[in-house]
Amino acid sequence: MAVITMREALNQALSEEMERDENVILLGEEVAEYQGAYKVSSGLLQKFGSKRVLDTPISESGFAGLGVGAAMQGLRPVVEFMTWSFSMVAYDQIVNNAGAIRYMSGGQYSIPIVFRGSSGAGLQVGATHSHTPENWYANVPALTVITPAFPDDAKGLLKSAIRSNNPVCFIENEKLYGFKDEVPEGEILTTIGQARIRRPGDQVTLIANSASTHVALAAALQLEADGISAEVLDLRTIKPLDLPAILGSVAKTNRVVIVEENKPFAGWGAQVAYEIQHRSFDDLDAPIERVTGLDTPQPYARVLEQAVMPSADRVIEAVKKILA
Amino acid sequence: MASSGAKKVRSKEKPGKSPAVLPTLTPSERVDLLRKMVLIRRFEQKAAQAFMQAKIKGFCHLYIGQEAVAVGSISTLSPTDAVITAYRDHGHALARGMSSRECMAELFGKITGCSRGKGGSMHFFNKEKHFHGGHGIVGGQTPLAAGIAFAQKYKGTGEVTVCYLGDGAVNQGAFHESLNLAALWKLPVIYVIENNEYAMGTHQSRSSAGYPLVKRADGYDMAGITANGNDVDDVREKMWDAVQLARTESLPSLVEVKTYRYRGHSMSDPGNYRTKEEIAERKKESEPISFFKERLYKEKALTEKEYEEIERVAVAEAEDSIAFAESSPEPEVATVFEDIFAPEDQIAEFRPPIGS
Repeated sequence: MAVITMREALNQALSEEMERDENVILLGEEVAEYQGAYKVSSGLLQKFGSKRVLDTPISESGFAGLGVGAAMQGLRPVVEFMTWSFSMVAYDQIVNNAGAIRYMSGGQYSIPIVFRGSSGAGLQVGATHSHTPENWYANVPALTVITPAFPDDAKGLLKSAIRSNNPVCFIENEKLYGFKDEVPEGEILTTIGQARIRRPGDQVTLIANSASTHVALAAALQLEADGISAEVLDLRTIKPLDLPAILGSVAKTNRVVIVEENKPFAGWGAQVAYEIQHRSFDDLDAPIERVTGLDTPQPYARVLEQAVMPSADRVIEAVKKILA
Repeated sequence: MASSGAKKVRSKEKPGKSPAVLPTLTPSERVDLLRKMVLIRRFEQKAAQAFMQAKIKGFCHLYIGQEAVAVGSISTLSPTDAVITAYRDHGHALARGMSSRECMAELFGKITGCSRGKGGSMHFFNKEKHFHGGHGIVGGQTPLAAGIAFAQKYKGTGEVTVCYLGDGAVNQGAFHESLNLAALWKLPVIYVIENNEYAMGTHQSRSSAGYPLVKRADGYDMAGITANGNDVDDVREKMWDAVQLARTESLPSLVEVKTYRYRGHSMSDPGNYRTKEEIAERKKESEPISFFKERLYKEKALTEKEYEEIERVAVAEAEDSIAFAESSPEPEVATVFEDIFAPEDQIAEFRPPIGS
């Protein structure tokens, strides 16, 4: 198996799907000549030409909506937001158009579009550039929301997302673009909507996604040294939630700590906690803990930002609290 | 105020590429235009009655007074060209050839409606007729139109897209972003501003800087064209230029059509921002159906008796649409969970559903 970065895995997914289907196009800011602000689209312009790899003006509402219109007319656009923080100026297009046209037309239109790009905090870029908006988009009934944590999932899920006839928000994390891991050779298509146990354990379940999965894994490693066996469940897909996997793990460990980078109020972890207590109340031996981004706009100073982000230390503290 | 009929095509396109000539309609085809305008008027009047009887709920934005715009402009299109509009969409849908039955049934929230009762007044759709909505957020449809035109060009179909918006939409960012993209990427799209002078209850003089609104084309180096929306022939003529520019040269246009709505912004509009006299005066000077009818009389294309028959048939069709809508079944409650996802990509659901 080849060991490649997340960025290379995403690039392979785009390249393979564009090769396979000429209706797949890529558009966004700096995706073509600049080769991608995070180099995810590197080389695609040279391979597929300017008809299919398009630099857009800085105009998120315009090009996101253009992508939705093109999808209504049979193309399969991949729309890159340089960061998901910029998607807010395209929110109407994502929610009301991508998210509602199939429904409000009585099922006449498919909207096979993927919105993708980087997200997340921790790199000291301040409040406007640090959002992890998966919970915002998961609140829209028709949107699929995917947040990969590893290169193999990034590749397999992006390929599945591009082939889906539903609108997909594919939310990458800036901190992970350089993360390297094994990715199987040949075509991989990962099923959307399935969580994955990244580390088995039996005393507590750490439910996480995206970069928080790596925080959870770091915590699990340290907990092991303290003799505590933690299972790390990477949700991979936020919407739809893989409830059978979540409840299955809870039945085994009876304790849950949710780790999420987004803000606490109505973060996806709040929904997960609700589903667990509602469906598996008798399986729980302790209250569910959540380790989230703190409820502040993202600060710039390193010491402040680190305090706001979920950390392995905060996860360990939460685990020890419910195991006490 | 834009002088109606004034036309400006950007200089670098000319000369040498003069568009094909607007086809001359036969007298009976001209009468068909009038027939459509009358049908829209009578449909809307019946819809208004049904709304007052609480058979239609939600918002209901009537097109009365603006009929010549939709009918004239859509008459210049091929059946596979795309049409997309905002929430005042009944007239465009009927002009596009959607049936009054499917439209009225949608207003009544019935399963036989053009959007299976899920869209309502503001969200009519008929993909087969290339009528791509019916969009409720002001200006929100304008990037979609650029995207539909992008796909038409990408696939080389030779089709064009017409996108309607009101004068209230011209200050939305999405509209400007769309004009920029359309001009930058040379998309075959025609943006038609139906300037009825009021953004809901705010007169254009209190809403927009920079008159006439068609000047917004200049900033994007697009063709800007104006038309008299009370004259179906003028709308046809000016739209034809824009459609040809899109079809033969893949260039976008901005067309400003001066029109006027006789009814409120929606059925819930008290109308206290303008006088009854203003409306009466506008009707007297330029009511589009009478205006065109008189012209057809003069051309000997139509007799008064024939016009009475057109009225009778239109009223009968509107009444039939009401009867059809009333007798149609309500959607089964189970359909509420249909049409969210593509059935072929529906992820097996965990029962009971999330949140229950």
